[in-house]
Amino acid sequence: MSESELLPRTRCEEIFGRVTAAAKSEGVSDVEVMMGVGSHALTRFANNTIHQNVAERGGYISVRALVDGRTARANTNRLDPESIRRVTQDAIAITRLQAVDPELLPLADPQPCPAVHRFFDSTAGSTPISRARAVKAAIEVAEPESLTAAGIYSATQSTLALLNSRGLFDYYSETMAQFSITVMGADSSGWAKASACDAAALDSLALARSAAAKASGSTGPREMPPGRYTVILEPAAVLDLVGQMFGDFSATAIADERSFLTGRTQERLFGDNISIADDVYHAAQSGAPFDGEGVPRKKLTLVEGGVVRQVAYSRQAAHKAGVEPTGHGFPLPNELGEAPMNIVMAGGDTTVEQMIASTDHGLLVTRLWYIREVDPYQKIMTGMTRDGTFLIEGGRIAGGVRNFRFNQSLVELLSNVEALSAAVRASGEEAFDMVVPAMKAHNFHFTEVTRF
Amino acid sequence: MKDLARNALDAAVRRGASYADVRVIDERERHVATKNGKAGDVSSSSSLGLGVRVLDNGCWGFAATDNLSAEGIEAAAALAVEIARASGIAKKQDVTLAPEDKYVVEWASPCRIDPFSISVDQNLALLLKIDEELRRQDGVTLAETSMSFSRTRQVFASSIGSLIDQTRHITGAGFVAYSYKGNEIQKRSYPNSFGGQHQLKGYELVEELDLLAHAPRIADEAVALHSAEQCPEGVFDLILDSSQLGLQIHESVGHPIELDRVLGSEANYAGMSFLTLDKLGKLRYGSDQVNVVCDARLEHGPGLGTFAFDDEGVPAQGTDIIRDGLFVGYMTSRETAAAVGEKRSNGTMRADGWGRIPLIRMTNVSLKPGRQSLDEVFGGTDRGIYMETNKSWSIDDKRYNFQFGCEIAWEIRSGKRGRMLKNPSYSGISTEFWNSCAAIAGPEHWTLWGTPNCGKGQPEQVMGTGHGASPSRFTGIKIGGAYE
Repeated sequence: MSESELLPRTRCEEIFGRVTAAAKSEGVSDVEVMMGVGSHALTRFANNTIHQNVAERGGYISVRALVDGRTARANTNRLDPESIRRVTQDAIAITRLQAVDPELLPLADPQPCPAVHRFFDSTAGSTPISRARAVKAAIEVAEPESLTAAGIYSATQSTLALLNSRGLFDYYSETMAQFSITVMGADSSGWAKASACDAAALDSLALARSAAAKASGSTGPREMPPGRYTVILEPAAVLDLVGQMFGDFSATAIADERSFLTGRTQERLFGDNISIADDVYHAAQSGAPFDGEGVPRKKLTLVEGGVVRQVAYSRQAAHKAGVEPTGHGFPLPNELGEAPMNIVMAGGDTTVEQMIASTDHGLLVTRLWYIREVDPYQKIMTGMTRDGTFLIEGGRIAGGVRNFRFNQSLVELLSNVEALSAAVRASGEEAFDMVVPAMKAHNFHFTEVTRF
Repeated sequence: MKDLARNALDAAVRRGASYADVRVIDERERHVATKNGKAGDVSSSSSLGLGVRVLDNGCWGFAATDNLSAEGIEAAAALAVEIARASGIAKKQDVTLAPEDKYVVEWASPCRIDPFSISVDQNLALLLKIDEELRRQDGVTLAETSMSFSRTRQVFASSIGSLIDQTRHITGAGFVAYSYKGNEIQKRSYPNSFGGQHQLKGYELVEELDLLAHAPRIADEAVALHSAEQCPEGVFDLILDSSQLGLQIHESVGHPIELDRVLGSEANYAGMSFLTLDKLGKLRYGSDQVNVVCDARLEHGPGLGTFAFDDEGVPAQGTDIIRDGLFVGYMTSRETAAAVGEKRSNGTMRADGWGRIPLIRMTNVSLKPGRQSLDEVFGGTDRGIYMETNKSWSIDDKRYNFQFGCEIAWEIRSGKRGRMLKNPSYSGISTEFWNSCAAIAGPEHWTLWGTPNCGKGQPEQVMGTGHGASPSRFTGIKIGGAYE
């Protein structure tokens, strides 16, 4: 294991020195500098062939100035001395044009930030040829079965640093690998996806086999009527749906009265089998252990036994409320405040197979798609099932069904949970990656059926 | 910038690429926002970088960098070729491109008032006035306003000899009033959701929108929604305002006609399309009144999809998509046009910045205006619902089944607007919906809306698209399913 060489600490200090020098020449001593460098490569396939294959390398610096109770930000991807001087001047110039904000806090003081190690040579060393070979092997799972595969294999390495003129210096490097695959038959499809900081932990062949099995197992989908069903949501479906609510676990959103938790904290909102934490230090999590102002992230008990216990506080929201910041603030200035980003939902001890066996009549859902909020306070979400929706009859999978549209309140869903599997790191397309279980719930509301 | 492009192109060709193109992009942006009487995100950004796309061994490779030193450019070109050669490990057939001419052109979009000539404090002063006006209304619990500006210069160079230098200016502005009461959060936006209106214009767009004048009405409606009746469930005639109809076009026509989706390129993410090749020239997509075009030319209007050349050097074009209700055209690229036997791309390849490859993206996909007056659009229904301003949107991955929610609605009785209704939604199947189109208002009511947040591709790219529409009536639409 090694640290990224894309943005060494010494380079961060050199850039910060140039920013502070440029600021001092403008008569400004309070500056915060966020900087990052990353490289991202993605091999994409469809119709059993690689059709898009890309790599991108880039960096940025983002300078925030504080001048007499005012603040603003300027960004550039040019890291030469003249560009650094200019972006600093831009930040100061637009800061000075603003009205004084009496609630604006001074820059954050340095605080010890627990180290997390999520940089893996297995991912950083990924090459176009190694990704192409993995893709070829996945295609070879589908093609002999007369199935068609599409998907991606990506590898990313990134370094993020945050420094300010009060001596704060937070630094974090991470690698991330992703593999996802959709396997299609003539009238059916299956999907699987996983992500990991360590590419060696990704089993792309197993994912390909799972997607292919779902495609083969859902041929000739029958049309079932819309209505309320007992549903078994696989982890990716759980995260994409439940993930829509965590922006509301924000002290600023509650103060703005745009959160569904407005007036609902410290009371039982969900079933007593629902407990959710935010924990950046969890072994299956990813992301920097500090927030947009450099405050170390604390572990939060968001929901305990169905009761909303804690929400996230940025420095500013915490100052207003007279509590400690939790380390979940977005870079300033912003309108949103903060949000938990490292969700860990407590699991149970029921396997998906046991959930199926205990279901007389219901649906197994692999994946959800195009999820959007219908009602912000009842937290009704709409969306579609996709790529592997199965009927369960008499405790057994009875074949594929046409995809449904749902309109489902998350408050109701999390009050109707009957069983949970062990929690795993899951990856979808509608919310950020989380550690979540599969879930069996009753009365899930499917309102329409589509044509496939 | 032209020298950078030429150097990168030379480096790719020197390494054996059979085709190469390079885009060097210099972008400047400003975003100014307020919330409840205070400045919010106030920021400026600049970005410069290049992307090299090559064909080698019949396969694509692409590499992008912001290291514009000679070594950085050589490295990017070498990586693009290395990636293309690796793609050969899982190749079925060589990529072929529909022929295209070479062009040497400089072009800039019209911009009457350079938005960067207006100071940030002037931006904030206007937004804070709007904010104050919104919060003057009792019951408004949250007011948000914003403006955004960008100027993007792109130099495109390709190995067939094109050198195209384009500059585009984009402006956006709008505001939202929220009202929380009891167990409801209601909102109203002006002139549209998604940050308001966005067009290929300078600061003149902000002046044209007359934002401040509309703030009292929007604030009043946000609060009044709490007292409104719930939108009924059932099957009714539906009249949509032009902004919601713009998004309806985007989701149920614009995405399905992307030929890369049809051919499977997006199967793992954005999905595919019900518009399989056998439907071209045969499918009754809509009623006889429905005419949809995909048009990137300036003469169509200052849309987010207006340009002179697309991102693989093909001139902007206007293409019929639905003619008198019949499905007659896809959006194509040089590769997909060749794949289906077309002689030429119709110029819809667009990339989200220098770091991403061009994909088939909507340019301006618009419903042509009809012949009816607004009174005739409304007057043709005994009992219907009129909906304004999108609140939620969702459609399946083949673009059949959709559901939209709007911020506000009014009941229509005997052709007249009646009581206000809250939480309106409607749903349907794309082709059934467009075949139910009974009336389209004329050109005096036609607006070219900007959708700034269209997602597609892996890694995901966000693109601005244009959609022109005028208020229209649809018969026998399922209303209210979201709140069943």
